[in-house]
Amino acid sequence: MDNAAIVGVAQTKYERRKKDQIFADMVFDVTRAALDDAGLGIGDIDSVVTVSNDFFDGRTISGMAVGDACGGEDKNISTVSGDGTFGAFYGLMRVLSGYKATIVVAHYKGSEGSVPITTNGMFDPIFHRHLGLDAISSAAIQANVYMTRYGIREEDMAQVSVKNHGNAKNNPFAQLPMDITVADVMKSRKIAEPLKLLDCCPISDGAAAIIIANEEIAAKGTKKPVWIKGVAHCCEEYFLGDRDLANPVALRDAAKRAYAMAGIKDPVAEIDVAEVLEPFSYMEPLWLEGLGFCKPGEGGQLIGKGMTTMGGKLPVNPSGGALSANPILVAGLARLIEAALQVRGEAGARQVKNADTALAHGFNGPCGQSHCVWIVSGKK
Amino acid sequence: MSTDNVQVERLESVFSCPMPYEWSIGLYGSRFFQEIKQNRRFVGIRCKGCGKVYVPPRRVCGPCFEELTELVTLSDTGVITAFSVVNYPFIDPNTGSQRPIPYTYGYIKLDGADNIFSNIINETDLSKIKVGMKVRAVFKDAAEMEGNIQDIKYFDILG
Repeated sequence: MDNAAIVGVAQTKYERRKKDQIFADMVFDVTRAALDDAGLGIGDIDSVVTVSNDFFDGRTISGMAVGDACGGEDKNISTVSGDGTFGAFYGLMRVLSGYKATIVVAHYKGSEGSVPITTNGMFDPIFHRHLGLDAISSAAIQANVYMTRYGIREEDMAQVSVKNHGNAKNNPFAQLPMDITVADVMKSRKIAEPLKLLDCCPISDGAAAIIIANEEIAAKGTKKPVWIKGVAHCCEEYFLGDRDLANPVALRDAAKRAYAMAGIKDPVAEIDVAEVLEPFSYMEPLWLEGLGFCKPGEGGQLIGKGMTTMGGKLPVNPSGGALSANPILVAGLARLIEAALQVRGEAGARQVKNADTALAHGFNGPCGQSHCVWIVSGKK
Repeated sequence: MSTDNVQVERLESVFSCPMPYEWSIGLYGSRFFQEIKQNRRFVGIRCKGCGKVYVPPRRVCGPCFEELTELVTLSDTGVITAFSVVNYPFIDPNTGSQRPIPYTYGYIKLDGADNIFSNIINETDLSKIKVGMKVRAVFKDAAEMEGNIQDIKYFDILG
């Protein structure tokens, strides 16, 4: 693969309701901020990828409505209707196919639609939607399968929420920085057994942008380029009942191929920090198993062992993760942006010391049907 | 006109009309609902490649990328492999009405099938429901059936 780098990043602050901004306002803000961050002008950008979803936006071909706000005038815009990590993947493909610099922008306003109805819309209308399956109830089933399989306790999952809301206190973009305890999580309202309120992400509004560029543009930018060392994605079956929900095989495959591309043989030893997409507490340990950071069934013990906390061997979600702000689709791009900030040494109070190799992860579809794994580094 | 943009009230535009659809159920989906109506049992479909029996039946086995043609008659019983008692309100998109809460969403392995079927379990008391319990489908009366998923009322725990 030719060298390509993330050269500019930007995020809005994530909030429950951005009443003063329409989609295009948020996109305009992050586009200008990402260009400023990169030290580039819109004239340096020759390709645009937008990330949005028509059901979420309540608008057909929703990407077209933000084309002007992301500098798409006179350029080739396409839209990825999926997580931002997949939008970034497409942005990278464009750079590798000859464009000099792609800006990837993602937007979402959970406050403007009904999240139960839009996420119910992920499911098959003939067999599944009427059951009430949505992002939360499908996650509850996955949590039940995972915890039953390995005898994992609800308290183990609660620790993830405590860690990530605590980490969010160091992230000025996070929506829910909180000092909470395992007991607080355990006594929070039951949403869908075994998930309690504090096991679940909030509804969020926000946008994010990154610029992926070839070596020529990377040399022109003002920030330390964050080189893309490895990236892969993989998908499994659509119907939840066709999958083993406690074994994220698509993630295992994506991670294996991303590691191979990046030359990583021992991920725990060679990766300095990871940002994974965990809208529900149980997802973080399950995805860490899929990423090969531990054996199946052992993900719930990593916090207790101190491995994934700030100061641990492999801090996970220093930003506070999706539990602390979950603008759907944007949230995966935020993980990649956070990984890039870590590699640059610009993550502020959430900076992991001497972080040079970072992992970012996002997924599409209920219970992680399709996963995308990125490895980025300060070294070309 | 005032030049003060900070104090300007931000307005909202509300849409509340439904977006109607008319989805085709397809050949095997139609066979599935007709089997329920005529014989009060389920039907699956077997893959020649891997031998896996899928329910509801469909045309393709994802892992094998094989066309499926061999329908397999199943019974009306299965085993709970996972469940969740759901405590938040849900508007049924088929009917627009709200399902009473709590309700239990079940992930059920039908006897004779290899994948897992989803439906409602008629029990919300956590002390009375466990993974591994046998369940049986309760269907609507034949005269009330409409050839859709709501012809299955729920699954009852056996014994």
